[in-house]
Amino acid sequence: MSDQMTEPTIKAQSPLSEAWDMFKRNHAAMAGLVVLIFIVFGAIFGPYLYPGQPFEMVWAPFSPPGVDGFLLGTDYLGRDLLAQIIHGARVTLLIGLSAAIVTVVIGVTIGALAGFYRGMVEEALMRFTEFFQVLPTLLFSMVIVALFGASLPMITFAIGIVSWTAVARITRSEFLRIRELEYVMASRASGASGLKLMFRVILPNALPPIIVQSALMVGSAILFEAGLSFLGLTDPNVISWGQVIGSNRQYILESSFTVTIPGLAIFITVLAISLVGDGLNDALNPKLRQR
Amino acid sequence: MAELLEIENLTVRFPIRKKDWGFGAKRYLTAVDHVDFTVKKGQTLAIVGESGSGKTTAALAIARLVSGETSGEVRLEGQNILPLAQEDLKAMRRKVQVIFQDPYSSLNPRQRAEDIVREPLDSLTDMTDAEKRETVDDLFKAVGLRPEQKRLFPHQFSGGQRQRIGIARALSTRPEVIICDEPVSALDVAVQAQILNLLRRLQADFGLTYLFISHDLGVVQHMSDSITVMYMGKIVEHADRIALFSSPSHPYTEALLSAVPTVDAERRKETKRILIPGDPPDPLNMPKGCRFASRCPIAQAQCTQSEPTLKPVREGQLVACHLRDGI
Amino acid sequence: MMDPLLKVENLRIELSTRAGVAPVIDDLSFELGHNESISFVGESGCGKSMTALAIMGLLPEGIGKVAAGKIIFDGEDLTQASESRLRDLRGNDISMIFQEPMTSLNPVYTVGEQIAEVLREHQKLSKTAAHNAAIELLDAVRIPNPKGRVNDYPFQMSGGQRQRVMIAIALACKPKILIADEPTTALDVTVQAQIFDLLRDLRAQTGTSIIMITHDMGAVAEMAERMIVMYAGRKAEEGDVRQVIEHARHPYTKGLISCVPHIMADPTLEREELTEIPGIVPGLAEFGQDRCLFAARCNMVVDKCLGARPHEVGFPNGQNAACWRAEEV
Repeated sequence: MSDQMTEPTIKAQSPLSEAWDMFKRNHAAMAGLVVLIFIVFGAIFGPYLYPGQPFEMVWAPFSPPGVDGFLLGTDYLGRDLLAQIIHGARVTLLIGLSAAIVTVVIGVTIGALAGFYRGMVEEALMRFTEFFQVLPTLLFSMVIVALFGASLPMITFAIGIVSWTAVARITRSEFLRIRELEYVMASRASGASGLKLMFRVILPNALPPIIVQSALMVGSAILFEAGLSFLGLTDPNVISWGQVIGSNRQYILESSFTVTIPGLAIFITVLAISLVGDGLNDALNPKLRQR
Repeated sequence: MAELLEIENLTVRFPIRKKDWGFGAKRYLTAVDHVDFTVKKGQTLAIVGESGSGKTTAALAIARLVSGETSGEVRLEGQNILPLAQEDLKAMRRKVQVIFQDPYSSLNPRQRAEDIVREPLDSLTDMTDAEKRETVDDLFKAVGLRPEQKRLFPHQFSGGQRQRIGIARALSTRPEVIICDEPVSALDVAVQAQILNLLRRLQADFGLTYLFISHDLGVVQHMSDSITVMYMGKIVEHADRIALFSSPSHPYTEALLSAVPTVDAERRKETKRILIPGDPPDPLNMPKGCRFASRCPIAQAQCTQSEPTLKPVREGQLVACHLRDGI
Repeated sequence: MMDPLLKVENLRIELSTRAGVAPVIDDLSFELGHNESISFVGESGCGKSMTALAIMGLLPEGIGKVAAGKIIFDGEDLTQASESRLRDLRGNDISMIFQEPMTSLNPVYTVGEQIAEVLREHQKLSKTAAHNAAIELLDAVRIPNPKGRVNDYPFQMSGGQRQRVMIAIALACKPKILIADEPTTALDVTVQAQIFDLLRDLRAQTGTSIIMITHDMGAVAEMAERMIVMYAGRKAEEGDVRQVIEHARHPYTKGLISCVPHIMADPTLEREELTEIPGIVPGLAEFGQDRCLFAARCNMVVDKCLGARPHEVGFPNGQNAACWRAEEV
């Protein structure tokens, strides 16, 4: 057999495992991943491990951290800040993740259709995208929450509806690039068409930048939610980090720790997400890989 | 021998996108301009030309893979395949397959080799899984790959091996015609020889008919039985292999043959280098008359007045040139 | 007898990869005389482009470096030269043209500006003088209507014209050496013929030495007087082009010449199979070993080939080949 002589047996390595190898070597990204795992772990199991309740008034207000046996102190109503952080983690992360999912689903669908079908479909979808892009995002989500109430699903929706445009643009751009490649034509020659071509052939290859953007979306959704909470546009019955900041904001000068501690929690989480997102970008970007 | 493939009046044109909301006449780029030729069963027809000749567009139009406006007729075993759709189109795709040029972009990087080769079977046939597995194994062996390599991804193969995967994919549905779009241009010369030999062996073993697109005349001389030379969307000459290389008729063919650098010292002494100056004309602003006239060393007044048509100059050789068609 | 213009001695270039350090050029020595045209031939990955980059001092930063050996240009060892000295030489005494003219020319500057930049940088010409010199150069490379085209952008020109612009930039300062890395691979064959013709004429006028890097033996026969065949970072064979083609002394060279379907003046009905060189070129990880790296694909291999790296065997006509059985080829 012609070019088999100098071939040692190689193990099949999927693009996924190659990407993981690449990711592992990025120390900042791995650190971010560890922190993130820790935070998620804390969010899921924290409430079972720590007995404190977020809404219970247990002590005098504004007790500083470490004093009186409360690790992080108490807020303006004398509620345990540590309990609030632990319980709030769940909601914050949940909102972040759900909003990112809404964003990705809308964005990918619109971007894929625009990039694949081109012509009038693309024109119409792109004008639609531009409309949402120029909307003042905070104001628009405020309007939605004001009109439809500040429940968790509504907040998730409000964040998602203004954030999807970036994902749509990235998806469309990738589709435009990939649809010209020969393997797409080869799939057509093999009988694939329409939806199959879009979702089974092109989309899997378009994922890398979409994944990166989605990861970063989680971070920005968390910040967005914090912003809405700061303005009081959140469900007061559910504790989230943004809500803690928001409810304590009048006391920022006297007892800054009630605001900085949840703020720090958000900061660390979003930073970890960004590091992981950066790591994903390098790992999934074929040009940076050395063959 | 019957004509397996008959192409008649094939024209492919692409609208030029203008973002002026549709006012003003639509302009078109005509990549393939009323082209006729036929291919006999079991033979190789090479389509030769440089960039802008339309050879690739013509070949892909025959394979129903081109998105422009296509008119004319492409008859496979007597049936016009251009208007086919749905089940009929699938049947046609089983019979007409393509080997692509770039081994680095013609394989889906996220699919394993066996899945790539299987894809036509999945979409175009009703074979059972067991049948497909066996077919894929046989195909791997036929193209010189080891079945153990089935589960590897494209980036784990060399350029030549990737091209073999592409060939296996094209063979999977037992097609009658394979359109080879510059199948060895992107490969190193030593690997080119391997692939060309493989293609010829497969042609003999499977009774294949090839439509072979290339700009490399040496490869064309080795692989083809007859040759069509295209320039700016039109056929300028058609001849069988020996006639084209020993007595080319069209001045463009002559220039093309003389331009090929050669190691053969004898040939270099014999062949006078014909240099054609300048560049091909703007395809959107095609000049009146013969499209080659602006660069032709023997052009005369009538050449810019009317377009020459393909006329037979001897048995089996057609040329489109006012001065060379013997009339 | 004049000293050679360029003398490369025992050059070793190492590339840092994930798997370690590999000698992409492994003990290469050759000479280039004044007004001489040589060609480096080989398949992809053999190191021919790296040699050119090393001479220009353009090895990929942090990844490639000269580990040993000398590159002596006009008496000066370039491996020891400072970056600013190399910048003086680049485009001025030693120039390079590349394969893809579209990506080698800057799309946001006009062709006139790009030619003028070289003249102003090295010859300190004024803006107007450089502009006029650019027009003359466009004429010298046979671009029709040079005055009208000097303000064109690269995208307004055809592939052949862009390559001519590259040649104009490269020859603007009348360099002593022009390195052409696969200059016509991306061009149509009729355009290739024009470019070769142009290069030959310019060389006759200016006396520039040319190093042409290619994989096309035909191009070598057209343009070069001497050729160096590269394999896996090593010189496989060297010699006068006519003589090597007529009688190659290395099995790889022989295979390379005979595996390409050449156009025959009188084709016959019967076509034989092309001579194949089985296998594929070795990867970077296999470079540098103390044995013949071609052995796995060679039809003349013996035990000795696997035991030690072959020495160069010289022949009376000036050819030399690195093969234990060179005499028998």
